[in-house]
Amino acid sequence: MIVCFVEDDELSAQAVGFARTLGEVRAVTFAGAYQPAAWAKALAAQEAEAIVAAGSDRGNELLAHVGALLDQPFAANVTAIDGDVVTRVRWGGSLVEEARLHGAPKLLTVAPHVHAPAEFDPEVLEAVDDGSPKVLERVEESSGGVSLRDAKVVVSGGRGVGSSEGFAIIEELAGLLGGAVGCSRVVTSAGWRPHADQVGQTGTKISADLYIACGISGATQHIAGAKGAKKILAINTDPEAPIFASADYAVIGDLHEVVPAISAELRRVRG
Amino acid sequence: MVLTADAQALETKHLGFTISPHEECAVEEAVRIGGEVVVLTLGPAEAEEQLRDQMAIGADRGILLKTNGEEWDAQSTAAAIVDAIRAEGPFDLILFGNESADAAGFQVGIRVAHALGLPVVTGLKKIEVQGDRVRCERDVGGARDVVEAPLPAVLTVLEGLNLPRYPSVPGRLRAKSKPLAVVEPARPEQRLEKLRLVVPEGQGKQAEILENAAAVVAVMQSLGVA
Repeated sequence: MIVCFVEDDELSAQAVGFARTLGEVRAVTFAGAYQPAAWAKALAAQEAEAIVAAGSDRGNELLAHVGALLDQPFAANVTAIDGDVVTRVRWGGSLVEEARLHGAPKLLTVAPHVHAPAEFDPEVLEAVDDGSPKVLERVEESSGGVSLRDAKVVVSGGRGVGSSEGFAIIEELAGLLGGAVGCSRVVTSAGWRPHADQVGQTGTKISADLYIACGISGATQHIAGAKGAKKILAINTDPEAPIFASADYAVIGDLHEVVPAISAELRRVRG
Repeated sequence: MVLTADAQALETKHLGFTISPHEECAVEEAVRIGGEVVVLTLGPAEAEEQLRDQMAIGADRGILLKTNGEEWDAQSTAAAIVDAIRAEGPFDLILFGNESADAAGFQVGIRVAHALGLPVVTGLKKIEVQGDRVRCERDVGGARDVVEAPLPAVLTVLEGLNLPRYPSVPGRLRAKSKPLAVVEPARPEQRLEKLRLVVPEGQGKQAEILENAAAVVAVMQSLGVA
């Protein structure tokens, strides 16, 4: 029996799909306030050949607790499994690792978007409140704009933008497209934009239809956050910039001229 | 990305090393909270440089769990850290990056907390120490979950928690004379045993060059986003 922790989301459906390739699956979930150590205790008590979850914040956290409770190894963000050899994502997806997962039960989470989703009807497990930390309240953030993670279009600026004020033209284009503004890590480190705008391995991973990268060189850590976009358009003066190796469309030019020109053209075609 | 001939590691001949972004924020936060700050890492002798950098921004002393350069899996890393904390502690707060930039195991902090019998809260973007408790916030897509824990506690943090400072020149000079303990733990049998690394295929596209703004807008229209 494979036990699969699920929430009501797409990544859980993918995890169930993956788990079914290993054997018969029992989808399980919990009710009430999120209390990872207590939920993990209930998961660890299940009879299973493998305990699986989505490679989400909660999935990875719960499986790490289960690994600690059972003193077993845990493989995060697995893309494939063959016997006891797993393939897992490292370096934000720039590298994968093949590793032997010893011990039993097998503990793993499933990397996002590697397996087709499957339907599930979860059983609700009882977790005993053991006094461990749990979520006390949820504070909604009034961002006002389109969220970076869910925006259909993200217009991002990098070092090439040059300053905080330089983002005015990026904001204008994003506004015309009903999209969100993003940036690279250089920009947040310089204090030009808040970290909430950062696209990348340690920032937000986007899922836009179009990602427009302006003056961004394209470090692997940045690509790790951008590659969820269906199409990438890169604007850069340097034709050798690594960003072009990840881009579908390229404009070789100075963003300070190209971006306002695109905004003007959009206004023109809209009349 | 280029691998070594045995596919066990990245070829680093032409690369520099740096602390992971999440851990950098963890150290910055510890220095801001105040009190004695100890920085610890597990890695080869060269990792002393990262510990000195962190002492340059304000950590008081360092502990290097020295390896021969081989990678350690999360279980054995956690076990070595637990031994060091037992020997050097107790500590009021034990901070980790939520996941490392390279191995991305998402588990060392949680394993250490269980071994020490401490509460753990992960993925934090805000920490407030209030007397003998800590109030924590984590991002959950457009909202924040609030969690509290009694001290001592283990917390794992994310970049964005703060904006880490750069080491100053006087800070670097002071760091040179701060105490650094070197311990050489034995590497146990690996239970998530790395066999090899692979660079995934499909990295390297041929981008279509767009010559002018009209061509860009035409592409936007074809994608249905204009």
